[in-house]
Formats: sequence, structure tokens, C-alpha cells
Amino acid sequence: MDGFIHQIVSGIASGGIYASVALALVMIYQATHHVNFAQGEMAMFSTYIALTLIQAGVPYWAAFCITVPVSFVIGALIQRVVMEPLAKAPVLASVGVFIGLLLTFNSVAGWIFTYTLKPFPSPFGEGKPLFGGFVSRHELGSTAVTLVVLLSIWAFFRFTKLGLAMRAAAYNPVSSRLVGVPVNKMLALGWGLAASIGAIAGMMVAPVIFLDPNMMAGVLLYAFAGALLGGITNPLGAVVGGFIVGIIENLGGAYVVGTELKLTTALFIIVVVLTVKPAGLFGKTLVSRV
Amino acid sequence: MKRRSLLATAGAALASAPLSRAFAATVVGVTATEIKIGNIMPYSGPASAYGAIGRGHVAFFKRVNEQGGIAGRKINLITLDDGYAPPKTVEQARRLVEQDQVAFLFNPLGTPNNSAIQKYMNQKKVPHIFLSTGADKWGDPEHFPWTMGWQPSYRTEAQIYAKYIMKNAPNAKVAVLYQNDDFGKDYLIGLKDGFGAHYSKYVLKEFSFEVTDATIDSQAVSMQATGADTIVTAATPKFAAQMIRKVYDMSWKPLHFLTNVSASVGAVITPAGVEKAVGIITSAYAKDPTDSTWDKDAGMNEWRAFMKQYLPEADVTDGGYVFSYGACTTLVQVLKQCGDDFSRENIMKQAASLKNLVIPTLLPGVTINTSATNYHPIRQMQLSKWNGKTWELFGELIEGTGA
Repeated sequence: MDGFIHQIVSGIASGGIYASVALALVMIYQATHHVNFAQGEMAMFSTYIALTLIQAGVPYWAAFCITVPVSFVIGALIQRVVMEPLAKAPVLASVGVFIGLLLTFNSVAGWIFTYTLKPFPSPFGEGKPLFGGFVSRHELGSTAVTLVVLLSIWAFFRFTKLGLAMRAAAYNPVSSRLVGVPVNKMLALGWGLAASIGAIAGMMVAPVIFLDPNMMAGVLLYAFAGALLGGITNPLGAVVGGFIVGIIENLGGAYVVGTELKLTTALFIIVVVLTVKPAGLFGKTLVSRV
Repeated sequence: MKRRSLLATAGAALASAPLSRAFAATVVGVTATEIKIGNIMPYSGPASAYGAIGRGHVAFFKRVNEQGGIAGRKINLITLDDGYAPPKTVEQARRLVEQDQVAFLFNPLGTPNNSAIQKYMNQKKVPHIFLSTGADKWGDPEHFPWTMGWQPSYRTEAQIYAKYIMKNAPNAKVAVLYQNDDFGKDYLIGLKDGFGAHYSKYVLKEFSFEVTDATIDSQAVSMQATGADTIVTAATPKFAAQMIRKVYDMSWKPLHFLTNVSASVGAVITPAGVEKAVGIITSAYAKDPTDSTWDKDAGMNEWRAFMKQYLPEADVTDGGYVFSYGACTTLVQVLKQCGDDFSRENIMKQAASLKNLVIPTLLPGVTINTSATNYHPIRQMQLSKWNGKTWELFGELIEGTGA
């Protein structure tokens, strides 16, 4: 029984990792209606920036507070420099760019920071695990951070005019422009915010799985599954989806399909969701007039 | 026209290979003054840290040449970069064999990379020797008579752990964590060899993970739940570091055997936490340049003198240079044994005729032995335990089981 509870708790912990990356995916999707394959690599790169700052002697939270806006600027710059010329290009062109960005960030990180595994500090301290040894301090802390980020995003889209304008710009650029929404600025803002959320996710993930240029490769896939399961248009859905994927993956791996098919489980979830309920559990079905 | 060019080619071949007239042996890449050797290394890309090995080779043969070469011939080592990408390895191997016409390939690095060229090398009957990888499949003379490994294979290492467990912890209950690929599976096979008929008595359960997984936490939890008191971790550095930390976080204190692939202090133990790894056991066959035990060791002094003279800028804590020195010393012995017959057949024959060869950078007592049926040059290792600061060798040399 202990083993079962431990598996669930450990599933929630990995689910928290997937959820935080899934949030960044939702953010970029809400803002641009694209899924950015390079999201994970951008987050990894931001995490290296944070590590560099920490190694230079900057205290953790200060490094955190510097990394987030720096990532915002990088994200916005990418939109301005790389994505904007493609604004009218077909989706496939954007996908090509996303993959290009993925490879670029990965190689540049390897080149600058080397491929050697690096430990990343946790702001929540090492200490003894809590609740009878089931949960580490970091797992608890990072889950809390994910929830705070979730709340902020939800509130941002729900209660602020800017959030509304961003959603409008992504959903219907032409009409938005007509009612005075600066669409290009909104897109850059969306990229920046997604990059910031990715940076937070990276800093929460790195203490658990260690930092190296390929850190996000595995995580991103599960994050996709989580985001799709919960609904890629809904931040809450993405977080719930991330947690569910984490738990299913752990329980499935331990008791049902065996460890060899853990990854397959995630892919299976993606396929099932796309076939049965493409909008995800919490997503709204969007109807576009053609 | 066609016939004339054919004749010209034949003439050129005869002129360049005077030794091959008498019998069927093929001499390529060796003249009266030179032996041309090919090598492939990841000087760029994700595994570029291993490029140190290639730089070590170049320096080593520079010294050999300065000291007069071998059998009056200078060594011409052509070492190319494959960026650790198997398709590129194939391209470079073809270039070395067909364009540069090397006598043989020495110490190309990487399991997937060598897998990609193994068939080609054997079809071409070009020696493909002393590979820089620990996969067990390089010791298969029956199917691949032109390919030979060098370091102890992962399988041998696992056999050694099994032997140690049977002797020192006969009541051990073992759980195994292995990477679901050639590398991880070699350990399972080795444990099966080592425990033999007692395998099911010792091993409670094996747990696999994929290199694409984010964490191995779930597996670690399941392993603890089996009630095991001994674990064997066959994982690459990232997952090994995760495993060390997770085991510690769960307040679980099993006897932990860790593949020496992930024994790197810088890449695994330090990231995981030096105090969390205390008590972990791994194995070694070569002297660790950072271990003070060898500060006054003659073999390591020889290596240090070489480093100082030929690679003064290099990082002497990098085990890659020690590895290179050992592999190159072995090759020199093979070339000396060749006498004056540098046909590919004889080079391969001599590589498979090493007897009790002692290498200055290997642990005391470790000797290299090969034969027509044994293509595993190094088969002995010694265990070492992490004491919080360094790996500490203990016990005797243990030899792998079987051939």
C-alpha cells in the first residue's frame, strides 16, 4: 500500500513538471494559435542563464527575478525577428522555424555551457522529505509555484484588458486590428510571456532532473500530452492534464503496462484525446468561420 | 582505352604493394617508411568531451615517431571527426578505407558509431580494432573476425558485480535498473552469466527506463517496494545522478552497484551530491589520474612525463588521456609483434595473439590477453567504493566469467 501511495505522490511530482511546461505551451497557443516545439529548449536556455547568474554569486531569488524578464525579452525578440516575417506564411513554415529554433537553442546551449550534467539549486532547501518521506521540499515548493503561475495566467486572461486583447489577436487578427488591437505587439507579448513561464518551469524542473542541453526533450512530450488532455486553450486544463499524465504514467508503468511502455502511454493519451475529444477535457471547441 | 586504364591500375597496385606478390595477403597503407592508421572521434557535438582521447592518440604517435617509429616505419595517424553521428562515421570510415587507404581503423569511438561501420569493415576485411566502447558485441570473432574491442565490456562488468554479490552477500535481494538499449541490456546479460542458475534466487526484478523518460522516480519507488537490499544501476550519467539522489531522498540504504560509465565524479557524483553517493560501488580497470594512490606509481609517472612533454596544455584529471595511453600502448605491441609483415591478415592475427601484456596505466595485475576465440582484451576489474571524496579501490581483481 505504501508503494502505491508513493507511486501516486511521485506521479504528482512528475506531473507538476509536465504541468509547468504545459502552461508555457498553453500561453503560446493562446497568444499565437501555434504550438511552439522550441518551448522546452527556450526554457532550458533560460535555466542556463539563471545558473550562470547564480554561479556568479547572485542570490537565488534575485537570479530568478532577473531570468524571467530576460527570457521575456528573448521571447519577444524571437517573435519580432524570426516569426514576424512569416506572419502570412503557411503554418508549415512556422513549424519549420520552430524546429529550427529547437535545434539552434540546443546546439548553442551545448556550445556555450557544454553537455556536462549540472546540478541546479532548489530554492526550497534540501532538508528531510516531508509527510513520512513521500514528498521532498522541492516537489512541494515547485508544485506551489506552478499553481501560482496558473492563477496568474488565468487571472491575466480573465480579468485584464490586455489578456482579452491577446486572446482576440490570436483568435482573429484581422478583426482585432480593425477594433484597434495592436496585433503584432500582442504576439510579441505572448511570446515573451510564454518564454517567461518556460523559464520558471525550467528553473523548477532542473533541480529534479538536472540541467543539460537535452533536459527538456523528454519533458516536452509529456507536457504536450498533458496540455492536450486538459485542453490546450485552458490553463487550468493543462495543469490538471499534466498532473493526470504524471499519475497515469507512474501507475501505468508500475502496475499495468510495465516500464517499457510508459512513454507509449503518453503518446497513446495524445492520440485518444485527439480522436475522441480534440478540445481536451476542459477545452472549448472553437468554431472558426471559413 | 578501358583495358589500358585497367592495366595501369593493376600496375600501380603491384608497384605500391610489393609484399603482396607472393601470397594472398593484402598490404594496404604500409610502405617501407610509413604505416597509415585511421581513427574516428567525436571532436564536435554532444560527446565532444571524448575528443581528448583522439588528441591523446595524436600526441602518443608523435612520440613513437620521434623515438624512431615501429620497424623503421613512421606512424601516420589520420583522425577524423564524426560529431558522434553514426551516418557521419560511415562516411569517414569509407573515406579512410577507400580514399586514404589506411592499413586499419584503430579505436573509433561510440557504440552506435561502431555498430554503423562494423559490417562494412568486416566486408572489406579491414582490421577494426581496440574500439573505444564497452559494448560486448565487439568480442564476436565468429561473426565479425575483423572487429575487436579493448576495454572490459559492460557484460564483463556485470558478471563481476554478480560474482562479488554471490561471494560477499549470499543472501542479497537484488533489483536492477537498466536503460532499455544495447548498453543497459548488456548488464542484464552479464548478471545472468554471473549468477548463472541462481539468477532467480538473487534478482527479484528488473526495471527498465527509456533515455527519453523525464525521470526514473517511479522505477526507484517500485524498486524499493520490492524489498530489495541491493541494487544495480545501469544508466547513463543523467539517470544515474537522478537515481543516486532519489535513493537517498527515499532514505533507502541499499548496497548500490553503479556502472562505471556513470562513475565520473564531475558529471555524476558531484551533480547528485558527493555525500549522497557514499557507499556506492563501481569498478575500474585503469588507474584514476586523480587518485593519490598513484602519485608515486611508475606507470603513472611514465604517463605524466608523456603528458608534460607532449600535451602540456591538457587537463591531466581527464581520464580520456589515460584511456588513450593504454589503447595506444596495446597497439604498439601489436605492431611490434607483426615483425615485417604488415598485411591486414597479420595485423589482425597479432591483435588476437596478445599474451599477458602489462600496460602501465592499467591497475596492477590487469593483463591483456587475446586469442583467436577471445576478442575481449581486458577482462579483469577491481571494485571501488565512493567514500565521499574519492573512489577507493578495495578487494582483489575479479575476472569476468566465460569468454
